[in-house]
Amino acid sequence: MLLRYLFILFIIFPIKTYALIEVDITRGNLNPLPVAVSPLSIDKDSKEKFKKLLKKKDLGSEISVIVENNLRQSGLFNPLNKDAFLQKPDIANLKPRFEDWNLIKAQALITGKVTSVDEKLRVEFRLWDVLAGKEMMALAFTTVPTNWRRVGHIITDKVYERLTGEKGYFDTRIIYVSEEGPKTKRIKKLAIMDQDGANNKFLTLGNELVLTPRFSPTNQMVTYLSYFKNLPRVYLLDIETGMQEVVGDFPGMTFAPRFSPDGKKIIMSFAKDGNSDIYTMDLESRIVERITNHPSIDTSPSFSPDGKYIAFNSDRSKYQQIYVMDKNGKNIKRISFGKGLYGTPVWSPRGDLIAFTKLHKGKFYIGVMRTDGSGERLLTENYYQEAPSWSPNGRVLIFYRETKTDSKGEGFSAKLWSIDLTGYNERMVETETDASDPSWSSLLSN
Amino acid sequence: MNLSKLLKNGFLILVASLVLTACATQKKTGQMQGDVYTGTDTVEYLASGVPDRVFFATNETVLTTASRETLRKQAAWLRKNSKINVVLEGHADERGTREYNLALGERRANSAKDYLMTYGISADRISVLSYGKERPVDSGSNPLAWSKNRRSVTVKAN
Repeated sequence: MLLRYLFILFIIFPIKTYALIEVDITRGNLNPLPVAVSPLSIDKDSKEKFKKLLKKKDLGSEISVIVENNLRQSGLFNPLNKDAFLQKPDIANLKPRFEDWNLIKAQALITGKVTSVDEKLRVEFRLWDVLAGKEMMALAFTTVPTNWRRVGHIITDKVYERLTGEKGYFDTRIIYVSEEGPKTKRIKKLAIMDQDGANNKFLTLGNELVLTPRFSPTNQMVTYLSYFKNLPRVYLLDIETGMQEVVGDFPGMTFAPRFSPDGKKIIMSFAKDGNSDIYTMDLESRIVERITNHPSIDTSPSFSPDGKYIAFNSDRSKYQQIYVMDKNGKNIKRISFGKGLYGTPVWSPRGDLIAFTKLHKGKFYIGVMRTDGSGERLLTENYYQEAPSWSPNGRVLIFYRETKTDSKGEGFSAKLWSIDLTGYNERMVETETDASDPSWSSLLSN
Repeated sequence: MNLSKLLKNGFLILVASLVLTACATQKKTGQMQGDVYTGTDTVEYLASGVPDRVFFATNETVLTTASRETLRKQAAWLRKNSKINVVLEGHADERGTREYNLALGERRANSAKDYLMTYGISADRISVLSYGKERPVDSGSNPLAWSKNRRSVTVKAN
């Protein structure tokens, strides 16, 4: 119910391909591309209609602000101040005067038009190369008016993809744990929001402790750990219907759940008699398979995107390290050999990297390494941070950070942060309450 | 920021950290052995002379001599009160990843459970619950606070 959408998306103009401006995504944000996001033009009647319906004075301008904020947050683009724009939105969308846009140093220009058609919202937009004086892309969408924010995100995804050559990550959601109250008695609830923090909703009431929600890569299911009735177990939640169920029938704590890349299995730890091993459960057949069998702690499992391998955390060499094995538990190899302890391995959706948390000399790091453990690169250092989750295009990591308390034990907070794979563009992600354990969804539309 | 300002700030930080270290060392005396908590601040009692909890070293799940003594007292009390069942709640400090800490808490509670069993307490009377780093008793961010939080607490279940 929460996330039911009627979304019709179609292309009206063929995309002409030119070798025009490009953004190098691997370079960091040293030189973000100056881009002008013109307010989308809107006729008087449509304006009135949407004002009544959505309580938004000027929907065209609101959608352009979403695009602008997304582009800025990516760190790859520098949206220019609208006050400097000389051309009116409606005329710019028909035929931009490139000299004017050139004058304010815009290299790319986004224009568009919003109309109300049969109670639906129709949005068209165009991407222009200002220097070459050419149209790079033109698309139109029709959808239900309440989807207006998603239109802004989809426009950003299309622009991002056209200019960087990679899929975007803007029409996505983050599921996370909302935290309130003193550190010794935290109240935790599952919460979900759009990638940009809008449309925040709580999915549980806070009556029981909940931890580590993770999105299915294929649908609107979430798996997480709940202490319902003081029995910590892995649960499955359908965020469209609100239905939830325990995963499997284990005589003890199950935790650290994640989906397999096809969304058909849950992989998790099961703890019994002081020993945690890794198991999978097929959601359809309910068949449970034991993957590891070792007296050490084996936890935090994460499948490779092709489903052939599993990265996990184990202390079989005395301290926490990262290991990789075949999906059946064979060929276990340790891959982390740097100084310090390593945890929370998460396989990149592109398959080439594993993100992790590292603890060394009292500091916590978020880093990445190749899947054989080579090429370790630490992206950020802090007092406490952990649990990275990848954006669906494998370019950004979101994680959580906790602050050190003062001498009276006060001043604790937990917040979500994101950082580019390049190590640039570190940002706090605004949330209504304190927050931890973020998990990034797949792209909702393609 | 010019150089002299930078040096000045650096100096202040140095002084501040020296002061902090001094405080931490002072607090430590008499309350920690190695990094295992030996104080009584947070300890509650199941009955007179029967402490409810045992403490662990960082990343460790083995019981210290003092912990074994505490657990023998608990076992004696449980033998006398044969109708009482207990939950052993295992905890970790905040300096670890959440998921590993859940496993660590479970392991700590189980080492306490195993010890109670060797002193004749039936497994049927003991259940185990790990909270990982979720329920610290001390919200401080210092070695002493962490030592209080690395614990297994025996709680009456009925």
